[in-house]
Amino acid sequence: MTLLSTPTIAPPTGATVELVGVVKDYAGHRALSGIDLTIAPGEFIALLGPSGCGKTTALRALSGLEQVDQGRILIDGENVADVPVNRRDIGMVFQSYSLFPHMTSLENVEFGLRMRKVGAADRKRRAREALEMVGLSEKSAQYAHQLSGGQQQRVALARALVTRPRVLLLDEPLSALDAKVRVQLRDEIRRIQTDLGITTLFVTHDQEEALAVADRVAVMREGRIEQIGSPEELYTAPLTPFVANFVGLSNRIEAELVGGAVVIHGQRIESLGERRADGPVVAFIRPEDVAFAPTGIAAVVVGSTFLGSLRRTQVRLADNSLLMVQHEVGVHPAPGERVAVSFAARPVAVGPRA
Amino acid sequence: MMVSAGTLPGRDKTSRVSNATRVGAEPSRTARAVILGVVGVVFAIPIVGMIIFTFRDGLTGTYTLDHWTGLFAPDAARTYRNLFTAIGNSLTLAAVTVAIVLVLLLPTMLLVHLQFPRLRRVLEFICIIPITVPAVVLVVGLAPVYSIVVRTFGGSIWTLAFAYGITVLPFAYRAIQSNLESVDVITLSEAARSLGANWFSVTWRVLLPNLRRGVLAASFISVAVVLGEFTIASLLNRVNLQTALLQVSQSDPYVAVIFSLLALAFAFVLLLLIGRFGSTGRDRSPSA
Repeated sequence: MTLLSTPTIAPPTGATVELVGVVKDYAGHRALSGIDLTIAPGEFIALLGPSGCGKTTALRALSGLEQVDQGRILIDGENVADVPVNRRDIGMVFQSYSLFPHMTSLENVEFGLRMRKVGAADRKRRAREALEMVGLSEKSAQYAHQLSGGQQQRVALARALVTRPRVLLLDEPLSALDAKVRVQLRDEIRRIQTDLGITTLFVTHDQEEALAVADRVAVMREGRIEQIGSPEELYTAPLTPFVANFVGLSNRIEAELVGGAVVIHGQRIESLGERRADGPVVAFIRPEDVAFAPTGIAAVVVGSTFLGSLRRTQVRLADNSLLMVQHEVGVHPAPGERVAVSFAARPVAVGPRA
Repeated sequence: MMVSAGTLPGRDKTSRVSNATRVGAEPSRTARAVILGVVGVVFAIPIVGMIIFTFRDGLTGTYTLDHWTGLFAPDAARTYRNLFTAIGNSLTLAAVTVAIVLVLLLPTMLLVHLQFPRLRRVLEFICIIPITVPAVVLVVGLAPVYSIVVRTFGGSIWTLAFAYGITVLPFAYRAIQSNLESVDVITLSEAARSLGANWFSVTWRVLLPNLRRGVLAASFISVAVVLGEFTIASLLNRVNLQTALLQVSQSDPYVAVIFSLLALAFAFVLLLLIGRFGSTGRDRSPSA
């Protein structure tokens, strides 16, 4: 894959974006339940969540493609909630391929400039620069059907950026691509975004994608932002069981909370300072925080998966529950082998038992 | 205790897209040739019969060019004046009917598709109704309406296009709808709007170029339907090509058949034009 050239289009000024108490209803169903979100100039925020959590609705509300029922949408302090989409000065890349089929790549990129009545010479120069920025200058005369999916999305990115918008909105732009192109394109998007310093909102349901590219990730659930923070914060200190379960891989283990400590199969682990009454709980422990040990909780190996630089092994405990252990590839536990496991770190989250 | 593994849900999307289900096998080259041949013969026999008929001399049974050359005789304009007037009427009606389709039906379909998708079924039902109503029944309903139309707009022939605008609805609707379904007009219009386009630019610069095939097909099919329409014009006492042909056929059946053939040829040319001009740059460009 060709690496991108240094962007030559003039960097836009990153804008501050604020969603304040944004509410959106669809025929009795509340899609957004009072979203509050502030994005700093030049920041890259990912909205992450399962299908139907409201992340795309939030993005479309910011773009102006959806009218909000309540709340304010501020771009650089200006409330744009009632401003139509074509006057919001935003760039958008869609999930489905959205290049205009009757136009070449260059004509597609020129479109936004044409709408802004930019002169022909300047328009063509800027469009060519934008295509060069995404590494597709040699495809300027090609139509959408002559481009691969990844190339189409790159042209769409160039088209969204060429007008120097205040905000860039990415609505799952990688979801229709195959795995390898996905990773390449997401890195390229991040590189261009960093170089241009454009405020960006990226919607995805792929946690790996969100954690890899975003400065901060907002995890959404049922129309609300459950937690917002850096990828590290979300992974190491999820505030709720939902976030712990949704972000990264977790062992969900039934345990007892006793005097502020979590007790699992007799093993006592310090908790995260949960102020919860003693009693049955569910603890979320990362596979890398579980280790094989000479002594510990007795278990039987069920199976092991080689993952390149590491290995994950599933073990069955005495009560028939399963536990995932992440360890070095040099260790080869055989199915049926009797082992002992212990917890190397405290749970990332503790929640009530259902 | 249990393990919950975080999944990567986007991953299986690509495979879903690429694994399109194929229903039935494609017919062989021979089967295609046979089907095409049989259908072609069914269509060709009456047309060839008409062509042969126009060269027949009714009295001697020999072949002659007189029926065709007679159309260019010095007194032909006078002899067939009513027929030429009827052709002019039909062309006027075709133009007004196409205008009705483009000005009323097309914007309505776009609006419903983009803004009121729940009304799609209702619109489809309304547009299909005329095909289920026999023309005679339609005229019975239209007769009192036309008494008002005549009072309002006068008795000009073009007012018949209001009725034709209804009769062509099923054909025009299907032509445009099939094109609408093949193009993701919602995403295209949203992309255009996000790039600063107003609704006029969205429609003119983005949607219509991608709906050209459907719009042309709707227009040309409407023209073909109007040129072939007889019942409504006859029962409402208007003169169009078909009513004039019937009148002429009683005195000169050869000329009636010649003009029928010319009308058919005109319709064929229109269909060819759909294929020629209905394709976008995308279709004409060489594959990468």
